[in-house]
Amino acid sequence: MRALVTSTERLQRLLALVPYVVSRRSVGLAETAAAFGVSERELVDDLNLLWCVELRAPDPYCPIDLSYEGGEIVVSQAESIARPLRLAVDEASALLVALRMLTEVPGLEDRSALTRTCAKLEAAAGEAASVSAQVAVQVDRPDGPAGLAGQIRAALDAGRRIHLRYYVPDRDEATERDVDPMRLLVVEGRTYLEGWCRRAEGVRLFRLDRVLGLRVLDAPASPPPAATPVDVDQGLFRPSPDDVQVVLELSAAGRWVAEYYPCESVTELADGRLRVVLRTPDTGWVRRLALRLGEDGRVVAPPSLVTAVRDAAAAALTNYVALRIRNVRRAGRRVNSAASPERAGRILPAGEDAHGIW
Amino acid sequence: MSRRKTERLLGLVVCLLSTRRYLTAEQVRRAVPGYPEADDLFKRMFERDKEDLRELGVPLETGVNHPFDDDPGYRIRRQAYELPELRLEADEAAVLGLAARVWSRAELAGAAAGALLKLRAAGIDAAGADSGDDRPAARGIEPRLGTPEPAFAPLWEAVKDRRPVAFSYRAAGRSEPQRRELEPWGVVNRHGRWYVAGWDRARGATRVFRLGRIAGQVKFCGPPGSVTVPDGADVRELVRDWDSAPAQDRTAALKVRSGKGLGLRRNAVSVRPDDADGWDVVTTRFADVGWFADYAAWFGADVVVLDPPDLREAVIARLKGVLA
Repeated sequence: MRALVTSTERLQRLLALVPYVVSRRSVGLAETAAAFGVSERELVDDLNLLWCVELRAPDPYCPIDLSYEGGEIVVSQAESIARPLRLAVDEASALLVALRMLTEVPGLEDRSALTRTCAKLEAAAGEAASVSAQVAVQVDRPDGPAGLAGQIRAALDAGRRIHLRYYVPDRDEATERDVDPMRLLVVEGRTYLEGWCRRAEGVRLFRLDRVLGLRVLDAPASPPPAATPVDVDQGLFRPSPDDVQVVLELSAAGRWVAEYYPCESVTELADGRLRVVLRTPDTGWVRRLALRLGEDGRVVAPPSLVTAVRDAAAAALTNYVALRIRNVRRAGRRVNSAASPERAGRILPAGEDAHGIW
Repeated sequence: MSRRKTERLLGLVVCLLSTRRYLTAEQVRRAVPGYPEADDLFKRMFERDKEDLRELGVPLETGVNHPFDDDPGYRIRRQAYELPELRLEADEAAVLGLAARVWSRAELAGAAAGALLKLRAAGIDAAGADSGDDRPAARGIEPRLGTPEPAFAPLWEAVKDRRPVAFSYRAAGRSEPQRRELEPWGVVNRHGRWYVAGWDRARGATRVFRLGRIAGQVKFCGPPGSVTVPDGADVRELVRDWDSAPAQDRTAALKVRSGKGLGLRRNAVSVRPDDADGWDVVTTRFADVGWFADYAAWFGADVVVLDPPDLREAVIARLKGVLA
């Protein structure tokens, strides 16, 4: 089976190789090999194979003639395969869906180029383009300060440092920091600024919808050579060996946690319950998450976090006890103390974004 | 073996592209080297070759040259085969390069790379497609689309081929997955997650499913072409309606510790100092008690719900749940 796959894949390459050379009149072996992601040896083998193609009827003839003397490929006869094959449905869709997604990316000003490219590609793909309408990608528009993405693009282009006022929901803190911007990332539907944070002395990602304020500074951006961009294809949040391992048990209503946070492991328990293991450098947000989950989630480990969660819940409840005492006193002073109807809080399954307001 | 097969397939493509007339299998056998002598072996190999070409997207046509011809013939019309003429300006090629990178290592990455290869073969240089050279339109921006959900591949195929599917689905908060049969109309990525929208056969209504909640395999339960997407069906809108936030038609009064609860303050209707020192009273709008109680509980002892009572009780229930 493996050989079968390879031979059709190779055929695909050969059918692109001939027009690639024809459209450029002549092109170097090294350049071509790089464009097709093969070694020069493989490329020469491809060229030999093309040159050897022979048809026997009505009269024997060789439809393809080419040479690669001196490292320059020239196709002098290509017959019917001088043009590339049409785009397949998958191929047309992959590009069109991506192009349409780009039109939604904040800070990407070149809408006119996107629109023109889409139209040209649709025309060239013909029927193969139609299915792409059934795939859509929506990119969140950060509702932070207006024109934020544009300002960051401008700072990137000018190579300037920026000052950020940034909200950290996990600690419920507004932070002030100077950042040397590196890139804008759009990952998992959200826009991030990647930059060298001079406060943390490390590469950090800042979600644009959590930026409270931004100022482009006069100082030039100078991320140190050690500042390497995050490999977004590996996932944005990767645990480090120093991270704390947290074990949570979730009820069926709390299963969304496994979808929302990157988990090291997820184990099915009885009745739709889950046990998940997370790794995090900072357990503050897990404590908050546990308060939010109530009986739908329970921290099992580490013991220090179990205690911290219970303490936090007890402290919060104390507030309500104080409030009740105050209310009872006030009610006692009122003549008419009809109790307002109280309904049990419904747990909404769709309310999954812990930072939804952000 | 593989090299000989490639040679044979290439010969077949060139041969069928070069003819205007339909060529019978026998004529193909005489023209293209590499087919075996034995008739049954040839037949089987030829069938497989045709299938392979169709899978690559080669528009192989079947027909007869004359109404009285017994055996069907084959040809490839050049117009159907060739990528139409396409020219891109430098800025267009740049955004194309950026688009090709969007899928990165996700499901359609191979398809995007294949498309780019064909466009390159047509003489287009999509700048920056895989090299780090200067791309004015795209400098400093890296958009990515992931498909971590295993259900994406079969559902995309089902959408493409218009085939109904069956899968088991665990709706939010449910402990047991349920079997669903769906005529998929399209897939949508929203907030970084994939959804499929379509006609739920058992419910007799349009439904939206989150791919991450599909348990186990997605199976086809009908032939290709058996799903009709109704005119005007907008999958994007279906998913948006399903997922959209309800109207914020209720008001909450919260006691918030000074300097805390920034998320709440940012969306507040009003903030005024409380009678007690070190606290403010924040008035804000909300839509759903359960959802907003989740959010208020997140702030722990820094936020106290004063009103309405149902919201307050919902937060208290969560806190008691922690201690239970």
